[in-house]
Amino acid sequence: MYSALIAPFMDYAFMQRALFGTLLLAIGAGPVGVFLMLRRMSLAGDAMAHAILPGAAVGYLLFGLAIFPMTIGGLIAGLIVALGAGAVSRFTIQNEDASMAAFYLISLAAGVLIVSLRGSSVDLMHVLFGTVLALDNQALALIGGITVLTILMLFIFWRGLIAECLDPLFLRSVSRLGTPVHFIFLFLVVLNLVSGFQALGTLLSVGLMMLPAAAARFWTSRVETMCLVAVAIGMASGVAGLLISYHFSLPSGPSIILNAGVFYLVSLLFGRRGIIPSRLRSQRHRTA
Amino acid sequence: MTLKWFAKMLFVTSVLSPVAAHAAPLKVVASFSILGDIAQEIGGDKITITTLVGPNGDAHVYEPKPADAVAMTEANLVLVNGLGFEGFIERLAKTSASSAQIITVSTGVTPLIGEGEDAGKNDPHAFQSIPNVRLYVKNIVAALCVADAADCETFKTNAGAYDAKLAALDSDVRAAIASIPEAKRTIITSHDAFGYFGHEYGLKFLAPEGISTDSEASAAGVAALVDQMKSSKASALFVENISDPRLIKQISEETGIKIGGSLYSDALSAADEPAATYIDMMRSNVKVIKGAILGS
Repeated sequence: MYSALIAPFMDYAFMQRALFGTLLLAIGAGPVGVFLMLRRMSLAGDAMAHAILPGAAVGYLLFGLAIFPMTIGGLIAGLIVALGAGAVSRFTIQNEDASMAAFYLISLAAGVLIVSLRGSSVDLMHVLFGTVLALDNQALALIGGITVLTILMLFIFWRGLIAECLDPLFLRSVSRLGTPVHFIFLFLVVLNLVSGFQALGTLLSVGLMMLPAAAARFWTSRVETMCLVAVAIGMASGVAGLLISYHFSLPSGPSIILNAGVFYLVSLLFGRRGIIPSRLRSQRHRTA
Repeated sequence: MTLKWFAKMLFVTSVLSPVAAHAAPLKVVASFSILGDIAQEIGGDKITITTLVGPNGDAHVYEPKPADAVAMTEANLVLVNGLGFEGFIERLAKTSASSAQIITVSTGVTPLIGEGEDAGKNDPHAFQSIPNVRLYVKNIVAALCVADAADCETFKTNAGAYDAKLAALDSDVRAAIASIPEAKRTIITSHDAFGYFGHEYGLKFLAPEGISTDSEASAAGVAALVDQMKSSKASALFVENISDPRLIKQISEETGIKIGGSLYSDALSAADEPAATYIDMMRSNVKVIKGAILGS
């Protein structure tokens, strides 16, 4: 038992870093994912993850494989897309999903173009896929900082965020905070994706954000509990994914996300609000 | 006007090129920088070389550009490494409708078979062994002589001179490796590119990634390498010019062993770096390996 579950993390510093990194990521990304889901923007996370690419690519081309230029570049590109899409949907007739799609596609195309400008050198897509096994102190500090900031912002704007998710028109009619809260939230989404891409790469970082959130919804209807369940599922996926990667020599990033996927499927079937328990309940009603 | 002119030029070149091929230098496409260098040594000024994957580029995951397809279409001869090294070349040959003959220069090499996750796959990095490259030279000369019989003698003379240099290089490498104690001959690189080098000269190379850079490392793989370093079975760590250095840096931090330097695995360096030709690359790699092991 000890050698299967604990020893890998005791024996190797890189495993400790990987564990620490994924746990921190799960804390920040889980609640953000829950709000994305409640806001019906689950696919926006995926779009934003693509939107980060050109910024990170420019950072890499100008400064090499340094974490801060790539992060700041990704942050700028992600924010331009998020704010641009948000602004277009707020101030024009265009829906948020369509403007998001337009902005992220432009951004993605720019990213691919920049990647090919460098052409034959160290394959950039490869560099952009982070690996959780190679988190250094800087990367951990960055992830930790972003997680702390995310939690702080969530605490400060909690009521606004909930109102914004459930009834944005109501919030805008009773408070001037509606639009700022929405933009702050998009900012948090981009921040968490950027921090996740250090560890999991641009594409998989969305997985740790959305899958635990989607799974948590099958267990509870309260937003607070849902956020906590999402964090717990994200953390459990991280631990299980790393252990599976260690014992069965599988790549770590996909292992972590697939574990979150298993949690999702299990929740879908057996969660308190999942398929099987709700079927049982409705049958009981009919016979009563 | 310009369009008409362009169409005219296209027509003229397409009609003239088969005739002109004899007088003008032979157009040769080499799939990657190492092959380009070797072919240039043999062809001299009788051929013009276009290299698809340039210096410090990674052929495992290369995405061809339109210019590459144009080069393929115009080529008289295409040289590829084979053994699954250039995943992109078959598609490129089809889409470019190239009529050039594609020569696999590794023909005749005894392939090494990958282990672990690469079990059953051929290891394509045959050029890391100098005897193999001398075989490459023979294959290239034969192909050039078929394509351009008039200059065959020149090719043979050039190849003879280059082969002598390779023979000297081979014995230098053997001498350098012989000076390293046998217990210290296990080292770690980013991906399994040095199988043939190790096999030929008696070094053992370990790597977190497999024989292609196009794979992700597993926690088990990295842990095994850390163990190797800690039990001092492996004596040095190296990064490569074509791969992501972060994993190797992590292993170095964990074990406290400094990175011994940068090895050139699947591509030559830019002209101002120490591995601009194949011979320089091999000398640079051997020097870096020897320095790191004996220095530690």
